[in-house]
Amino acid sequence: MNELVEAIPFLGKRYPKATKWLIIILAAVAPLIAAYFGRSWMRILDFALLYMMLALGLNLVVGFAGLLDLGYIAFYAVGAYTWAFLASPHFGIHMPFWIVLPLGAAFAALAGIMLGFPVLRLRGDYLAIVTLGFGEIVRIFMNNLNHPINITNGPQGINALDSLNLFGWNLSQSIKIGDFQIHYLYLYYYFFLLCVIGSIIFIKRLQISRVGRAWAAMRDDELAAKAIGINTRNMKLLAFALGATFGGVAGGLFGSFQGFVSPESFSLMESIAVLTMVVFGGMGNIAGAVVGALALTALPEILRNIALPVQQAVFGTVILDPEVLRMLLLSLAMILMMLLRPAGLVPAHARYSRPELLKGGA
Amino acid sequence: METLLQQIVNGLVVGSVYALVALGYTMVYGILGLINFAHGEVVMVGALTALQTLLFLMGVAPDMAPLLKLAIAVLVAVPVCMILGFLMERLAYRRLRGAPRLAPLITAIGMSFLLQTLAMIIWGRNYHTFPQLISTDPLQPIDGVFITPVQIAIVIISALMMAGLILLVTKTRLGRAMRATAENHRVASLMGVDTNAIIALTFVIGAGLAAVAGVMFASNYGIAHYAMGFMPGLKAFTAAVLGGIGNLGGAMLGGIVLGLVEAVGAGYIETMTFGFLNSSYQDIFAFVILGIVLIFRPTGLLGERVSDRA
Repeated sequence: MNELVEAIPFLGKRYPKATKWLIIILAAVAPLIAAYFGRSWMRILDFALLYMMLALGLNLVVGFAGLLDLGYIAFYAVGAYTWAFLASPHFGIHMPFWIVLPLGAAFAALAGIMLGFPVLRLRGDYLAIVTLGFGEIVRIFMNNLNHPINITNGPQGINALDSLNLFGWNLSQSIKIGDFQIHYLYLYYYFFLLCVIGSIIFIKRLQISRVGRAWAAMRDDELAAKAIGINTRNMKLLAFALGATFGGVAGGLFGSFQGFVSPESFSLMESIAVLTMVVFGGMGNIAGAVVGALALTALPEILRNIALPVQQAVFGTVILDPEVLRMLLLSLAMILMMLLRPAGLVPAHARYSRPELLKGGA
Repeated sequence: METLLQQIVNGLVVGSVYALVALGYTMVYGILGLINFAHGEVVMVGALTALQTLLFLMGVAPDMAPLLKLAIAVLVAVPVCMILGFLMERLAYRRLRGAPRLAPLITAIGMSFLLQTLAMIIWGRNYHTFPQLISTDPLQPIDGVFITPVQIAIVIISALMMAGLILLVTKTRLGRAMRATAENHRVASLMGVDTNAIIALTFVIGAGLAAVAGVMFASNYGIAHYAMGFMPGLKAFTAAVLGGIGNLGGAMLGGIVLGLVEAVGAGYIETMTFGFLNSSYQDIFAFVILGIVLIFRPTGLLGERVSDRA
């Protein structure tokens, strides 16, 4: 929180308390503001929160432990498909969320450990490729496991997933209090917000704990970390498992929110998108992950709303469609960030980060 | 038996293209220790540039001999890719030399997606048919085993190019400078080698090979599109690791072996798994091989240098 406050230029340094409250109030009323611009913006806000959870989880692996994971979206997929299997008409099983969500998280963690074991000995860049391969393998299986036994329903995906039902309170139904109606997107927003805040608190505690410090030591110099008695094998596995857990929970929430899962949502591009969020915001930094996720979910949408009419007006036709714009933005963000500001938008606090990153690369 | 032989032929053809691409990965890795993620995209740019040139030539001079057209297309694609390779190195990677180890890799990933996006803007999302200018009528050297003239040309041309590269690296002054730079930048530059130029040249040569590989891919399958480079790029990287990264001979061997394993594996996976998995799982082989090699023999088949830069 304080990092976030300090990151805001001018205001943050001068009136830290006021800025803090401003952020809290903004988070609380954000959906009301979004609603003013239309329903789709509320949906985008909800997705931004999901991406925040993903970015927080990936930041754990990449930023804290220094393990570049390019297949992170696979864990998101595991969580989402767990929800789809255990809470949809696909197999006719309808379990409550307090069973499915932890199960999804557990499966994802298991997948994380399964991925972790073989890649333990690999160095940074090999690790990246192998994790990428893992993500692709998971996607290929999702795409093809509809034959000979239909498990994932192939590229069509699984429909009509159960929505989130908190002990009899269905989040996908709007609440009516007298004449006043609360749309379900608000409910999801506040629920996701709670999840994100919970994650932030958990990760914050983790970062300053023994484990977090061990990760930082391992990231900065693995040999030295080993020498001072850190069990780097267990620490790496823990990083993979915990990072995957966040992916799994976010995946389950995604499934319930979207009501539909298909392999298309878990492409390599999504892994890259989450990684860009972490890099853009600042690796190894909680506030960075949050800012990165928010910025890179909102920016493409804003661009979509600005760029399309502008193109219509200037060229009379749409040259760059929104998906292309998003890819362009993400890839440019990644390259330019690394070249110009490698520590990210919100550089990690010196206490937790590599000194050479702060100096600005090269 | 015929299936096996046929798959071996297919594997050899695809494998020699992988080998060409793998050389680019392995040369750059040998010198900089960088996985140039965007190398696969150079393959794509090569194929699409050649396609564009062919379409142009067909419009301007429809009577020109097909082989001449193809040759001109390659002669256009190669310099374009070389310039692209040079620009990538000059604008992005050079500035990141000596930066923390994740930075160049993340930049390379960004570069890969940037190139894909730009290609999507220029050439659209659709698959383009690549004109087949060398005959694709299959010959039948052995009963039941087919090979097309295109495939024969691919194998021969890649063998020639690889031989040329080996000669360049082992016999010439330039090659010696490249090897010296790979061994140790600073010492090489103290000995009077312009290491910056050598590194740029490595990218340029790799990109040139990738351009030819791109034309080969497109001619073999008869299609070209903006994402065609990514998977072959990853597989070629796998091939480079399999052979021993940083080792030219290894990259070639790795490419061929990977091509064979993939083709034979795809041919038999259905019988092996009792119909549970089918050939749509073909892409998995490369990743599984990559994992196995990295776990059990990270130096690859021919690699002697254990590059542990942690």
